[in-house]
Amino acid sequence: MWSDLLLILDASLRMAVPMVFAAMGGVFAERSGVIDFGLEGKMLGGAFVAASVAHLTQSAWIGLLGAIAIGIVFSMMHAFASVTKQGNQVVSCVAINIFAMGLTTVLGQAWFQRGGKTPQLPPEARFTAIELPFAEELRDVPILGEIYYELISGHNILVYIAYIMVPVTAWIVFRSRFGLRLRATGENPLAVDTAGISVNRTRYKALVINGILGGMSGAYLSTAQLAFFVKDMSAGKGYLALAAMIFGKWRPFQAMLACLLFAFAEAIQSRLQGVPLPIVGVVPVQLIQSIPYILTVVLLAGFVGKAVAPKAIGEPFIKEHK
Amino acid sequence: MNEKTVNLLLVTLITTVNLLLAFIISGFVIWSVGEDPWFALKTMLYGAFGYDEGIGYTLYYTTNFIFTGLAFAIAFHCRLFNIGAEGQAYIGGLGVGLICLWLEDLPFAVILPTAIAASALFGAVWGAIPGYLQAKRGSHVVITTIMFNFIASVLMVYLLVNILIKPGQMSPETREFGENGWLPQMHELFGWIGIQITPTPLNLSLFWAFISAFFVWRYIWHTRWGFEMRTVGANESAAIYAGINVDRNIIIAMSLAGALAGFVGINEIMGFNHRILLNFQFGYGFTGIAVSLIGRNHPFGILLASLLFGILYQGGAELAFETQTIDRHMVVLIQGLVILFAGALENLFRPQLQALVHSIFKSSSPVTAHG
Repeated sequence: MWSDLLLILDASLRMAVPMVFAAMGGVFAERSGVIDFGLEGKMLGGAFVAASVAHLTQSAWIGLLGAIAIGIVFSMMHAFASVTKQGNQVVSCVAINIFAMGLTTVLGQAWFQRGGKTPQLPPEARFTAIELPFAEELRDVPILGEIYYELISGHNILVYIAYIMVPVTAWIVFRSRFGLRLRATGENPLAVDTAGISVNRTRYKALVINGILGGMSGAYLSTAQLAFFVKDMSAGKGYLALAAMIFGKWRPFQAMLACLLFAFAEAIQSRLQGVPLPIVGVVPVQLIQSIPYILTVVLLAGFVGKAVAPKAIGEPFIKEHK
Repeated sequence: MNEKTVNLLLVTLITTVNLLLAFIISGFVIWSVGEDPWFALKTMLYGAFGYDEGIGYTLYYTTNFIFTGLAFAIAFHCRLFNIGAEGQAYIGGLGVGLICLWLEDLPFAVILPTAIAASALFGAVWGAIPGYLQAKRGSHVVITTIMFNFIASVLMVYLLVNILIKPGQMSPETREFGENGWLPQMHELFGWIGIQITPTPLNLSLFWAFISAFFVWRYIWHTRWGFEMRTVGANESAAIYAGINVDRNIIIAMSLAGALAGFVGINEIMGFNHRILLNFQFGYGFTGIAVSLIGRNHPFGILLASLLFGILYQGGAELAFETQTIDRHMVVLIQGLVILFAGALENLFRPQLQALVHSIFKSSSPVTAHG
């Protein structure tokens, strides 16, 4: 029972990683006042480019760089449309998501001819599990040792990076000068402009970071969690990350917890299949599968506390205002 | 030329330029994977129009896009981004299928209106819930409708695998319902008057699509409810000041949008598949977004844009058939670009085009900031 729980928590930690990366990226963008529903597109694009580049170069790290590049490309497209051209930010995100869906499949088919799947990556071209020091030796220590062995050690490097990004994001956003300006841009851009700081440039910087993190979230999917890219790999995780961010009230640590919650629901899904629960009996597998999505709706409906977005979100900043 | 015509010309010009941009970039992508863009274009046009089967399929896709395009447009006029047409169409189809299965012994004249009502009702419910959440709880309709797409997908899998499946068969679909529930297909109609054309899925629901477009046009611009909806979309505080019930209009807009998307079920279930199956609606909902944006969220524009995308879909299928490298999803890529240029970047070339048009027509009215 205890070891079962550990395994589920272990799986949850891993499954939450793409969402954690994406949610952190979302925090940067939205805190600066730019709506970012486009996490799904960056995740998908990042996954595809990472797998393709890793296959070409047989190096997971270069694949990661490629994923970061495409993440930045997509977020720059979004930045151009939303910040410079002051277009509708929601539409821009939807456009990029759909474009990413099409582009990854078309290029995948054109380059690899396997119906949108990239070739299987050998272990050298992937991020593989890392054993932390003394994990094997400490394994027999009751409870703590098992936690160390199972939960903390044995993940690949992207997992550790993802969870380190949470306090890093929190520090940047809440404790650095850049973060202060970032948040001000999202709450009261006019004040920022009056202080002599360029609102648009701050938003561009935020979107670059957003692109980097979005690309990394995709790279994890195809070069760490699995060894290839398949069509529509992200399967809505970008939107779940968005919901987690909102649930976390645009705060990194709470957003991470929400991601873990979603991942936990996904992780117990396969465990609960066909297993009779007390009172309710056997829960249909589809109901369990839909838990993350239903949970998102419930969260958004404010049944679990009210989430207030950054005040100036979604509005392009026009300098000659009034 | 009066100002209104000049404006219309300007809008058409802007839309055409946006479309061209999307196509040029798509052509570039085609070129970059080693195919000739002109060959791609010719193949697509041939696939869409070159033979009667192609035309049939093109118009069959057009029917679906009209419904989902209208679904996006009507919500858009209330400033709501309905991304949920996929799920609404799916659930609407469920309603149609259930009616056809249940009432299959009754005459066609009874089944048809009931099925239309059911598709509207089921789709409307699937749209009303996110609408309600937006109105009363402030949950952003984009995320909730996307979530509802996923939930619909999972729900339908559950229903088709566990409850509605035809006994004794493996594939998750219902049994075929009786012919009283079948909507006549165009090749049948043509057959009755003696003309032979290749059988395609194209059916009478195309006319229902035209009728729906007409009614949407009347509703939005010629009724009081449409006016209220547009006011809420244009300026919520003004609407409140005018005494308009904002919440109710949001919910109504989303319900109507869901109902319109639900009509896809009439085409797919009654007109083509004659049973409920998985993912019959796949992709049509998202295409509706592009269709509506290119069609400037106006039913007439949507009719034209639906035809365009019908051509792209059928042409795309032909292209994917002809070439090894290009996949059907080329159309999805084009869609994304269309949404980008016609939606987010729609005013990219407005100043230049506006200057051009005004210089040609030497209109005495000043150059305004919006059309």
